[in-house]
Amino acid sequence: MNREPEAEPVIAVERLTKRFGDVTAVDDLSFFARRGEILGLLGPNGAGKTTTIQLLLGLTRPTSGRIEILGMDLLRHRREILQRVNFSSAYISLPFNLSVRENLDVFGRLYGVADRRRRISQLLELFEIPEVVDTVTGKLSSGQVTRVNLCKAFLNDPEVLFLDEPTASLDPDIAEKVRNALKRVQRERGVTMIYTSHNMREIELVCDRVIFLSHGRVVAEGTPREILERADSESLEKVFITIARGGRIED
Amino acid sequence: MEIFFWPVMDLLVWGFVTVYFQSVAAPRAVLFLLGAVIFWDVFYRSQQAITLSLTEEIWVRNLLNVFIAPVRVGEVVLATCLLGVIRAVLSAAVLGVLAYVFYAFDLLLLGPALLPYFASLILFGWAVGMVTMAVILRFGHAAEALIWGTPFLLQPISAVFYPLAVLPPWLRSIARLLPSTHIFEGMRATLETGRPALAPLVPALGLNVVYLALAGGFFGWMMKRVREKGYLGRLAME
Repeated sequence: MNREPEAEPVIAVERLTKRFGDVTAVDDLSFFARRGEILGLLGPNGAGKTTTIQLLLGLTRPTSGRIEILGMDLLRHRREILQRVNFSSAYISLPFNLSVRENLDVFGRLYGVADRRRRISQLLELFEIPEVVDTVTGKLSSGQVTRVNLCKAFLNDPEVLFLDEPTASLDPDIAEKVRNALKRVQRERGVTMIYTSHNMREIELVCDRVIFLSHGRVVAEGTPREILERADSESLEKVFITIARGGRIED
Repeated sequence: MEIFFWPVMDLLVWGFVTVYFQSVAAPRAVLFLLGAVIFWDVFYRSQQAITLSLTEEIWVRNLLNVFIAPVRVGEVVLATCLLGVIRAVLSAAVLGVLAYVFYAFDLLLLGPALLPYFASLILFGWAVGMVTMAVILRFGHAAEALIWGTPFLLQPISAVFYPLAVLPPWLRSIARLLPSTHIFEGMRATLETGRPALAPLVPALGLNVVYLALAGGFFGWMMKRVREKGYLGRLAME
């Protein structure tokens, strides 16, 4: 099934704020993501990226503001939304003592995936690791674990995907293959992705649009090319460093 | 195999202790201590199933995957409760067979009281497990010692290996507030007389209903708090 692009945003964040005591991690944040768009969420450590993703997944409750995903309010329809979204991160894993097939089967059941066996095979082929299907997860290399996590993230054919440094532990060859697989899924399935990475070259290659956060606020937004032009810079890495050091790139 | 290893070791140790007691003219000790070891394991497994299942997800960094799947927290807890029942039954079955083979102790001597006693201990294990897990979700790794420590905090006042009368009067009042105390007293009474002592099930059930309601409420409140404070996200992504 190809999902047609729509004008309405798939993710709409309105004046989102999250305070932890005296610390404001996310400060009056507003942004949106369209269907089929890969939106980069960037910023130095402590900028509020992780908190923003946790808020979007409903792991943390906002202090104020509103989040709508797939046209539904997250606070009231979290379970329905979670059926249609998924997440992968370099910092999470799957139970070590289960095989890849067993792990993916468990999550396939949780997401109500039909014909799990075929779906698991398809995904392992997509990420070029069909040979590990019966391998115990604890025996996989870090690169293989990362790709199995991505398989888990695609099990339910999500409409929205949150990817937290998805290629962090991959060598350049496998990282490129993973990026190509993600772009292919974006084209064919119209999946919206929120993508975080500290690899700015990767962001330039993958993302349609990026948002730079600093101290919980948006400090720059646009396509990678627009931001480079605005910042009069050769690379997003230099823009990142400017922002991380407190500089500004917009009036 | 871990669910069998520790209880089997306990059974062997206590079994040989009882053999000794028997040799020095304390024959009832065989029945009471072996029954206590098996019953204690039922409670322990039930509590551990909840605390260890979710804590293992933290250790392997899979907790976030669980909490962003389209399942309710209640469903996750219910699944761990059912896991506790399976583990407790399997473990008790193995211990029951070994106790019979090694020490001629027949768990079925408890007759129709056996299953209600087990059920009571499982319910109490669930309540203790939910409270412990709620504290772990709030305080993270610092609270993990409670997984193993909490049951042993309750053991001295649950009259597990000795009758309630052994405790000082003021402690007996506290002990009577635990469902486990009534079950272990009932177990001893049944083994002593050969007739099922069902009366202890009444206070045990009443206390279990109260504690399960309180534990469920506490767990729900704590889940709301950890989401508000961001502890869940932090724990899941550490």
